[in-house]
Amino acid sequence: MSTTIDDEVTPETAGGTGQRPKPTKRQRQAAGIADAASGGVKVLILKLLALGIVDAVALYALFILVTSGEWLIAAIVAIVAIAVNWIYFSRRKLPAKYLTPGIIFLALFQVFVLVYTGYVAFTNYGTGHNGSKEQAVSSLMASSLQRVEDSPTYPVTVVDQFGTLGLLVTDPDGDALIGTNEQPLQEVDAEFDGDKAVGVGGGTSLSFAEVLARTDEITELAVPVSDDPNEGALRTPDGSSAYQYVSTLEYDDAAGTMTDVTTGTVYSDIGTGAFTSDDGEELLPGWQITVGFDNFVRAVTDPRLLQPLVYVTLWTFAFALISVASTFFLGLFLAIVFNDMRMRGRRYYRVAMILPYAIPSFLSALIWAGMMNESFGFINQVIFGGASIPWLTDPWMAKISVLIVNLWLGFPYMFLICMGALQSIPDDIQEAAKVDGAKPWAIFRLIKLPLLLVTVAPLLIASFAFNFNNFNVIYMLTDGGPRDSNAPIPVGFTDLLITMVYKVAFTGQSRDYGLASAYSIIIFIVVAVIAIIAFRRTKSLEELN
Amino acid sequence: MRVNRKSLLAAGAVAVIATLGLASCSAGDSGSDGEASSSGTLTVWVDAERVDALKGAAEAYTEKTGVKVELVGKDNADIKDDFIQQVPTGKGPDITMGAHDWLGELSTNGVVAPLELGDSAADYLPVAIDASTYEGTVYMLPYAVENIAVLRNADLVPEAATSFDDMIAKGQAAGLTQPFVVEQGAEGNPYHLYPFQTAFGAPVFGTNDEGYDPTDLQLGNAGGEQFAQWLSTQGKNGTGVFNTDIDGDIAKQSFLDGTAAFWLTGPWNVGAAIDGGINVAIDTVPSPTADAASPFAGVKGFFVSSESENKVAANDFLVNYLGTEDVQLELFEAGNVLPALSAAAETASEDPIIEGFAAVGAEAVPMPAIPAMGSVWQYWGIAQADIINGADPIATWQKLTADVQAAIG
Repeated sequence: MSTTIDDEVTPETAGGTGQRPKPTKRQRQAAGIADAASGGVKVLILKLLALGIVDAVALYALFILVTSGEWLIAAIVAIVAIAVNWIYFSRRKLPAKYLTPGIIFLALFQVFVLVYTGYVAFTNYGTGHNGSKEQAVSSLMASSLQRVEDSPTYPVTVVDQFGTLGLLVTDPDGDALIGTNEQPLQEVDAEFDGDKAVGVGGGTSLSFAEVLARTDEITELAVPVSDDPNEGALRTPDGSSAYQYVSTLEYDDAAGTMTDVTTGTVYSDIGTGAFTSDDGEELLPGWQITVGFDNFVRAVTDPRLLQPLVYVTLWTFAFALISVASTFFLGLFLAIVFNDMRMRGRRYYRVAMILPYAIPSFLSALIWAGMMNESFGFINQVIFGGASIPWLTDPWMAKISVLIVNLWLGFPYMFLICMGALQSIPDDIQEAAKVDGAKPWAIFRLIKLPLLLVTVAPLLIASFAFNFNNFNVIYMLTDGGPRDSNAPIPVGFTDLLITMVYKVAFTGQSRDYGLASAYSIIIFIVVAVIAIIAFRRTKSLEELN
Repeated sequence: MRVNRKSLLAAGAVAVIATLGLASCSAGDSGSDGEASSSGTLTVWVDAERVDALKGAAEAYTEKTGVKVELVGKDNADIKDDFIQQVPTGKGPDITMGAHDWLGELSTNGVVAPLELGDSAADYLPVAIDASTYEGTVYMLPYAVENIAVLRNADLVPEAATSFDDMIAKGQAAGLTQPFVVEQGAEGNPYHLYPFQTAFGAPVFGTNDEGYDPTDLQLGNAGGEQFAQWLSTQGKNGTGVFNTDIDGDIAKQSFLDGTAAFWLTGPWNVGAAIDGGINVAIDTVPSPTADAASPFAGVKGFFVSSESENKVAANDFLVNYLGTEDVQLELFEAGNVLPALSAAAETASEDPIIEGFAAVGAEAVPMPAIPAMGSVWQYWGIAQADIINGADPIATWQKLTADVQAAIG
């Protein structure tokens, strides 16, 4: 038997066909030494410790989840934890041991996010549709309370009479009144502390700590002032003083309708996620519901988008293609230059080349934005000696500026991968070509470039997909500007699809997560289709090898 | 033999795991104690710069009532969206710090609970209470009132300007080519131009008894068009006083370098000016007309979550502890913004800078918090920027009004 748990392939099973020669004595000795050196026991302890930590975290998470009633997530955590233990304590499952961590993180950071985005795309989640119906109702009821004008502040004591909470009120005349949710205020004999009634026979007065402990009951406590409901009710927000409120909305739980008591308008739940009156007026907040394909229909039929959508789409493709091409060719050119053995101090130049890659793109985009300012920017003031070139404010110049900045940001990456790929091309092929009398350009075009593309093409496709959604550069450099003041939405001439979607879904104070998710799914489909087609075509390159 | 040793080890490991598990359980227990008596903890989201200012009040409250106050420092830019997203899940805080212009959005999303200031409402500056009220209900405990004013370099121009033209004339007499700077940008900055617009009698919305009325758009009235024309004469094709290339940093630099003597900005920039060795005086905004130029007032305050399970404690803490002069002054020290409580505002106004801002603030109007304002911001700045850069003022202003009206619906 093997001596470590991980080692599932024993000599017996591996050599089961009998074709492999039996290990010699020396081989067995060597195996023994290797075994001891691998520190089976130490590894085992380490493994147990690691698993112990994982289990401890899982148990802790389970405990928290169960106490807060998140049963589904608790079940998932439990199943995953058991699966992990089973896999790592098993003597087999070698592939699973390697794959499990990756799969867990994949599920957590990719699959979950994608599934959730997909789910949100089918809901009306956004401003005004933020929570559950229950929350919307309680929030509407709370905000419909209006303090009766010029009504006094009533000092109160919260009293508990046989489990029912009531308010012991001192009215402005100094008389003590008591009432509960059902029982309107009535006079009562009470003990006074100074001017304030603080206790009553048959009830216990709540201390402040007790008031806090029963917050829920106290926020529900509304003592009618009289038998006439129109006079309103006393409520205490802090347990020591009460105010007289009337409610302008009334909720009928059975019929599921809200009624505005001042105008008599009835708002009912018509399945749109908000109480709506007959003439279409909505009471907000509403609540979240699933709306099927509504968001997708809206995304493609929105009349505000028709006009800008065409040029934004064209520009998005142009931006992505030109960015990939320009960064690739500049990176390739520099890689070839710095790959030349005759160049001195290549190492230092290479470091300098990679610098733009090392600076966060947020930061460099902002710095570029400052340098490209028309009246005060470094480029116009210093390099062009006070010229006023509208780098970021003219529609065409802004597009060129964005491409320049993205070239600056992107070429080091291409430089790095091209340099790696170039070094992997065998020298003998080039030498053979030279011997056959090929010129350098022919060697590059017919030999180096095709071989390079075999390894680099998939990265170019990935780079296209990245630039297609390059939100950072646009948002930080121009924020889509200069604005197209003829467009009905605040879209600009350098907006990509993704930044336009951001503006449409998150303009002003409205946040439309449902619509934004629908758009991102549509953009995902576009990018995925392009990537699939491109990958199919690059397969033909692989036949070169 | 080895197998035996391993099983021993395995047994030991099981013991280790069990201990760890138990330890985590017990840790969980103590954690859940906190959860169970959660009526004893108030979670407050605070702008990270102001956590220290609230520590004293939080400790005093804990001492007095036994309620723990947990101050969570957050990045100001994230608070609003995080609050809106987390309150419905029940994971949000009990109280959050915020600004009054969030109110429309918070209320539309149903995440704030009304707040009863009771009789103490009279102790605050009127503009603070107006701003804290949305559709007739108070939702916010105000702690600071912020507005812009003109910072004057008193070494260059010793006397305050009486009107907009006087300001430019005084600056030019001091030998400056661009005597007045105000933060703009490619997309304009209507917040900073609003005082001039109000001087022409063109507020954004009319008001009714519940506050700003979204159905009464005043932006495009005759005064608005006069303002547009005036703006156009001060832009690229006119005097060049307004320039969309001047952003916040450039404006600041020219004031610090002494190439501009007047800077229309907020109290957040005063520190930099004083540190830069400028002899700063605060003036009201010089008006281009006979009427006062009123800037927007932004009021900062605290909101109670609609899903808070500790509303009583939250209310009590806000109204009776954060609404005191001491705490309001502490917050003032942290941010140098005029306190919303009248008594604290008076104390703070002993500082001539604060007094200057307070004098301008007396003319200020609360920035509208209604959701319709979002549609205004979208089109407002770009239209002003276009006018500054030479677009036809009347046509551009009319298009702005039409776009805003269409967006409000």
